[in-house]
Amino acid sequence: MSEIQVWTLVFAGLSFALYIYIAYASRVKDTAGFYVAGGGIPAPANGAAIAADWMSAASFISMAGIIALSTNGYDGSVYLMGWTGGYVLLALLLAPYLRKFGKYTIPDFVGDRYSETARMVAVVCTVVISFVYVAGQMSGTGLVFARFLNVNATTGVIIGMVIVFFYAVLGGMKGITWTQVAQYSVLIVAYLIPAVAISTELTSIPVPQIGFGQILAELDGLQRDLGFAEYTAAFTNMNMLNVTLMTATLMFGTAGLPHVIVRFYTAKNVRAARFSALWALFFIALLYTTAPSIAAFSKLNILQDVSGAAVDNLPGWAQTWADVDLITVDDLNGDGVIDYGADAANELVINNDILVLAAPEIAGLPAPIIGLVAAGALAAALSTASGLLLVISSSIANDVYYKRINPQATEARQLMVGRIAMAAAIVVAGYLGINPPGFVAQVVALAFGIACASFFPVLVLGIFWKKCTAMGATAGMLTGLVVTLAYMLWTIDIYGNSEGIFGIAETSFGVVGMALNFLVTIVVSQFTPKPSPVMQELVEEIRYPGRTKLIEAHAKGELPPDVH
Amino acid sequence: MDENQRRAYWRRNLRLMAVLLTIWAAVSFGAGIWFVKPLNNIVILDFPLGFWFAQQGSILTFLALIAVYVWRMDRLDKEFGVDELEEEGVHHP
Repeated sequence: MSEIQVWTLVFAGLSFALYIYIAYASRVKDTAGFYVAGGGIPAPANGAAIAADWMSAASFISMAGIIALSTNGYDGSVYLMGWTGGYVLLALLLAPYLRKFGKYTIPDFVGDRYSETARMVAVVCTVVISFVYVAGQMSGTGLVFARFLNVNATTGVIIGMVIVFFYAVLGGMKGITWTQVAQYSVLIVAYLIPAVAISTELTSIPVPQIGFGQILAELDGLQRDLGFAEYTAAFTNMNMLNVTLMTATLMFGTAGLPHVIVRFYTAKNVRAARFSALWALFFIALLYTTAPSIAAFSKLNILQDVSGAAVDNLPGWAQTWADVDLITVDDLNGDGVIDYGADAANELVINNDILVLAAPEIAGLPAPIIGLVAAGALAAALSTASGLLLVISSSIANDVYYKRINPQATEARQLMVGRIAMAAAIVVAGYLGINPPGFVAQVVALAFGIACASFFPVLVLGIFWKKCTAMGATAGMLTGLVVTLAYMLWTIDIYGNSEGIFGIAETSFGVVGMALNFLVTIVVSQFTPKPSPVMQELVEEIRYPGRTKLIEAHAKGELPPDVH
Repeated sequence: MDENQRRAYWRRNLRLMAVLLTIWAAVSFGAGIWFVKPLNNIVILDFPLGFWFAQQGSILTFLALIAVYVWRMDRLDKEFGVDELEEEGVHHP
């Protein structure tokens, strides 16, 4: 066993033990604890939990690689701006009001505010979005185990499933929240240490966010020499229309993602919900402002070390990844030298997902740090997976079982159904992680399109427009969902592979679906029965902080079921 | 709060939101996307300005916007006597 593997085992083992201990210490006995941690999490902890929940294997493992390799520097900004800009929308438009409204899930809000039909549509959207997303996390876990511990990916996924099973089924949202606080700490330390080391080494400035300015001119020059577009040049891969629409889709999608929104129900009160959003974006920004610098530094290293190197004398880190086929070198012209370039004669292909994992090796950092990065990647994947699994199980146990099938169910019974749903969801997620359907990688980005097109309008209108009706919201959600899915099927390579309308990419289309959703909801609301006076009063009440009788009665479930 | 106070509170909340969201759009879509090319001709501390807004500046601005929102809403709540302090707002069932 190599030194790197030993350190990976040490850090992964220690962090897993910590997660399970925390879950055991915070195990729950009631549904409020299981679904929303009793609603009593202080804002900084809730913010760290949101950050861990939110930053998935895609943020930790893939994002820097996508910025550096598959797009052209600037174009990766759609992820940076899109995934952080959504928090402004969440903080201003949704978080405080949803917290005041109370309850457990997005379908809970939709069902209570509009109608039972709308609730079921929301359950379907929630489950689809969450499963699509969780499959990616599970295969991310498999990838890390495969590379660092030399087990096969299937075993890796199963280890991940067992760990999540323990702390999610036992502790519910309460266990998950405190585990995520620990996972955030692990992942951010693991991300920042190599970034600071690399920045110091290349620029002698220990702050990567500032240091990476120093190398941009050199990087632009190297890229130009090899026939690539300049690293900082705009609209070389994507045109302005698609950059605009995709950024917007990721922003509004973030603000409609069920596992992020549910986190504002766990805050102590309305004020804590606002502060949670601030803490969350602060913790996220630590990683999101670092990622583009890691991308630029690694790209420079690759261009300098690998391009033009002898084929049978690769740098050590490149050889390790070449051994597991994540870097492929093919000496097309047979001159024994790697020709890296923008055209068909390119002889080097690097998988996006290895950039962050390889960054410490590229910079020649010692083995313990590489082990730490592996533990960080696992923390990122597992924290997001557990948040998503909780959303799936609470939507099924609370919104389908308790609200539709058996409203007489006792607390203990609901909790048991929640745990069974959680266990079943873990098994399905594990299966999807082991046998990922071919389209998973593409579909993860599409989860945002669906969240954006289905949820964002009904949430915002539900809060800001008292007269938004149940039929309007249902029709709008269905329109957004169906149109967006249809467009995606029509344009994704493996299905229709069409150019689409105005060349709008499938990943950029969500915001168009959202606009249609708004339009349909508003038009249909003009012609359908208005919400009851009590409901309109309730919607007005959630605009002001503090206690009121109506909100309290609603939270306790004392309002009549046909209050819509 | 009586009816007039409620209306005043809500109007001020909406105005704050409108201002912050305008800045949000101007920095991300404006500086980071639509005007990125002309801004890239300005280089500050080795960063082409448009590129910097797209990869760093917009994120830092978003953070500042939420900070201002949280701070101003706190003040607004105090002014109207609806601040929550450490007391719990809504109990879950």
